[in-house]
Amino acid sequence: MMSVAQQNGGSRSEARLLSAILIVAICLTLAPVLRLFVEGVTDQGRPSLTLMRDVLAQPSTLSALKHSLVTAGFGTLVSLVLGAAFAFLVALTDLRAKAALVFCLMIPMMIPPQITALSWTQIMGPSSVLLKTLGIAPPLGAPQPLYSPQGIIFLLGIQHMSIIFLTLRAGLRSIPQDVVEAARISGAKGLRTWWQVVMPLTLPSLAAGTAITFVTALGNFGIPAMLGIPADYATLPTLVYQKLAGMGTTVLAEVSVLAMLIGAVAVAGILLQRLCQSRQRLHLVGSTSRPLALPLGAARLPVEILLWAVVFAILVLPMFGLLATSLVPAYGVTLRFDTVTLASWYEVLFRQPVTSRAFANSFGLAAGASAVLVMICLPLAWLMERRKTRLARLFDSLLDLPYALPGVVLSIAMILLLIKLPFTEATLYGTIWIIFLAYLARFFAVMFRPVQASLKQFDPAMDEAAQSVGASLYRRLRDVIFPLSAPAAAAGAILVFLTAFNELTVSALLWSSGTETLGVVIFNLDDSGETGMASALAMTIVFVVIVLMALIQLFSRRFPKGVVPWQT
Amino acid sequence: MADIDLSSVGKTFAGTPALQDITTRFDDGEFIALLGPSGCGKTTLLRILAGFETPTSGQIRIGAREMANAQTGVSLPPEERNIGFVFQSYALWPHMSVWRNVSYPLEIRRFSKSEIARQTDAALASTGLEAYADRMPSDLSGGQRQRVALARCLVSDPCAVLLDEPLANLDVALRATMQGVFTDFHKRTGATMVYVTHDQAEAMAMADRIAVMDQGRIQQFDTPQTLYERPKNRFVAEFVGRGTVVPVQEVTQAGGARQARILGAEVAVQSARAEKQVSHVCLRPENLTISESGDLRSKVARVTYMGGKYLLETVTDCGARLFAETRARFDVGAQLGLTITTPWAFSED
Repeated sequence: MMSVAQQNGGSRSEARLLSAILIVAICLTLAPVLRLFVEGVTDQGRPSLTLMRDVLAQPSTLSALKHSLVTAGFGTLVSLVLGAAFAFLVALTDLRAKAALVFCLMIPMMIPPQITALSWTQIMGPSSVLLKTLGIAPPLGAPQPLYSPQGIIFLLGIQHMSIIFLTLRAGLRSIPQDVVEAARISGAKGLRTWWQVVMPLTLPSLAAGTAITFVTALGNFGIPAMLGIPADYATLPTLVYQKLAGMGTTVLAEVSVLAMLIGAVAVAGILLQRLCQSRQRLHLVGSTSRPLALPLGAARLPVEILLWAVVFAILVLPMFGLLATSLVPAYGVTLRFDTVTLASWYEVLFRQPVTSRAFANSFGLAAGASAVLVMICLPLAWLMERRKTRLARLFDSLLDLPYALPGVVLSIAMILLLIKLPFTEATLYGTIWIIFLAYLARFFAVMFRPVQASLKQFDPAMDEAAQSVGASLYRRLRDVIFPLSAPAAAAGAILVFLTAFNELTVSALLWSSGTETLGVVIFNLDDSGETGMASALAMTIVFVVIVLMALIQLFSRRFPKGVVPWQT
Repeated sequence: MADIDLSSVGKTFAGTPALQDITTRFDDGEFIALLGPSGCGKTTLLRILAGFETPTSGQIRIGAREMANAQTGVSLPPEERNIGFVFQSYALWPHMSVWRNVSYPLEIRRFSKSEIARQTDAALASTGLEAYADRMPSDLSGGQRQRVALARCLVSDPCAVLLDEPLANLDVALRATMQGVFTDFHKRTGATMVYVTHDQAEAMAMADRIAVMDQGRIQQFDTPQTLYERPKNRFVAEFVGRGTVVPVQEVTQAGGARQARILGAEVAVQSARAEKQVSHVCLRPENLTISESGDLRSKVARVTYMGGKYLLETVTDCGARLFAETRARFDVGAQLGLTITTPWAFSED
């Protein structure tokens, strides 16, 4: 057998650097998951399944599992209907202003779920400021319709429709133009082309998108927490949260089993998605240069109006609700010219020490995670592209796990791993570092994949040319690889920042007094009835999100293909 | 001195041999072309010379330095070999200006600022690029990019220059110009150059010697003229130039001259002195004359106008396909007679 170093270029420094970074990355991303698994199948250090059996037999576990499956399942169905309709219309027809439509459809995915939940509760129910102002609020005492399984399903559906939309659109775009043209030349018309040619070719990507949407919905914490806890309707993630918040780390072993249960369902979904995606890669060859544009004819304007109306309803309307709530002096007051006040905004942005602390924490965590991940992912992605060792390939197939697995699972895994550092008495639990490490693990894939996508299109001759003129590994990284992958790294860094800045699920389980993140603060403000302040803070965050997304969009032409997630 | 010595160099990729037992020597200052169909191992050989791949067996020396030795596991990384490499895709760094692209090798060698400026300017001047120093690679045409790549590899005074199908991405007219650029460059610098191509015209036009490769082996390594006129085997005869290989019967030797029966006609053949037995001949258009009285009766199967002359593909009565050239026009289906004159014979199993 040839050694790894011999296979390629014979540069040993590359092999050494690869192993070093790979070990760091594996410790960061896969060690927590492994640790969780070990916890579930041992009891006081011995292999045992009794704990698992006990926890799984509890009625609360079973009902939470059922609730999780029901909400995630039907939520996925809602996403599927909405996302697929948009994807087919945007990718296949001659609609106008597609880019704007796509951008707007991406916003729900980028807005954190707790804000989605908060904003929708502001446009429904008896105390909605917006409805009161318009005079169409239901009478006091009427129930908030969103505090129900249906409400959770509906919002999960809206939150995750972008995922279906994106994967399906990418799948549709990879259909060679000539396949459809060949069908039309053969006489297939309109819906027949769609049904007999386009549909079968997109089924794998549709199935893959559905599976990953289900996994994401299953792991969603913000929506079932904001809507389900008031209705006493617990899903697995909220059950874990309630147990851990109520009884602290004494129930750690028990919630580990719950986390593994979510993890197991999620892994099944991920495997299904992988399977579907590998199918998709098969037969499609041919030119995909020109996007399809089947003419809609006279139906174009009505369809456009309908689509934009949906976008308005799911995007703009809830924001009006938030805005209205944030502008009144007390929750439930009608918004009039004489009642408008910026008190909530002022209070939450400048007066409350906890919010400024949370801003600092979230900003620091998000910026720090982006910076560290750039440093790790850039050299790692390049080295993994250059030398495909078995370990590197294995890591490549597993590195999505911390991101794909529900945040609750990762949080519990992190607590287990860091509550007592090996060989010392020190603990990271309760410090900001546990959140930071969890973010590094969770958003590793968010950073790595864009960089990898750009480096895959990178001509290896660029590096070899530098090598042939005598540049050492360090010089090549500094002078050639880094500058050329900088745009992708920047896009990845902004994405990491965006997601980490808004993150709730992980920090909800890992925060303690002094290490609150913005997500936690919004959740707590709403929980303690400070809806006006929660809304003002949420509006601020939505604003930051949209600005950052616009920034990526603005520079998207300078990024290599596949770097900006909503431009695949 | 920068002779390149290869002794029994082999390379396997995942068990499949890509190169087998290459033993040869490229002399200092020679312009060598590696010619062969795609997949013949020519690019692998070049990349092994550059150090991008390591040989699975054998050893390589350039000048006095051992570059790679599969036995001892020694393999000098490319950055320490002092070899120039010109890529098919040019591999200019898109984020650096032309000037920086060319000066980068000197920067790495820690030359002084003034020395870098002097040598870079000289390299740009010798490739006619002075006016483009501040441009970015994306603003250049294909030929200009290739010249930047050339300047970049010559600036560091390499002991050998390796070129991997550098003209494959250029259009026909530019290719001819660039061939001139390469030949001039070679004459001026006297550098050892190894040039990979699948285009035999390109190899013939530039190289001092051509190594024709197939299935991971060098089939013949000779001057262009020898390759064309005296191919060693069927592969070389058919790959280089336009030729048909046909078997010979009843070879008779009379003194220095050989007679053989080819397609039913008695013909004098040439062959290498060392060749004890000959089994086939290579029939090129030059070996065939069209005449009414020709002993080989054949029928025109296809006519291609080549500009000034026609190429006829003819089928003889016994089914062999032969190529002949003529100034006169023939119609498809016309009957004509062919005479064979002194074809090259070799032995092939």
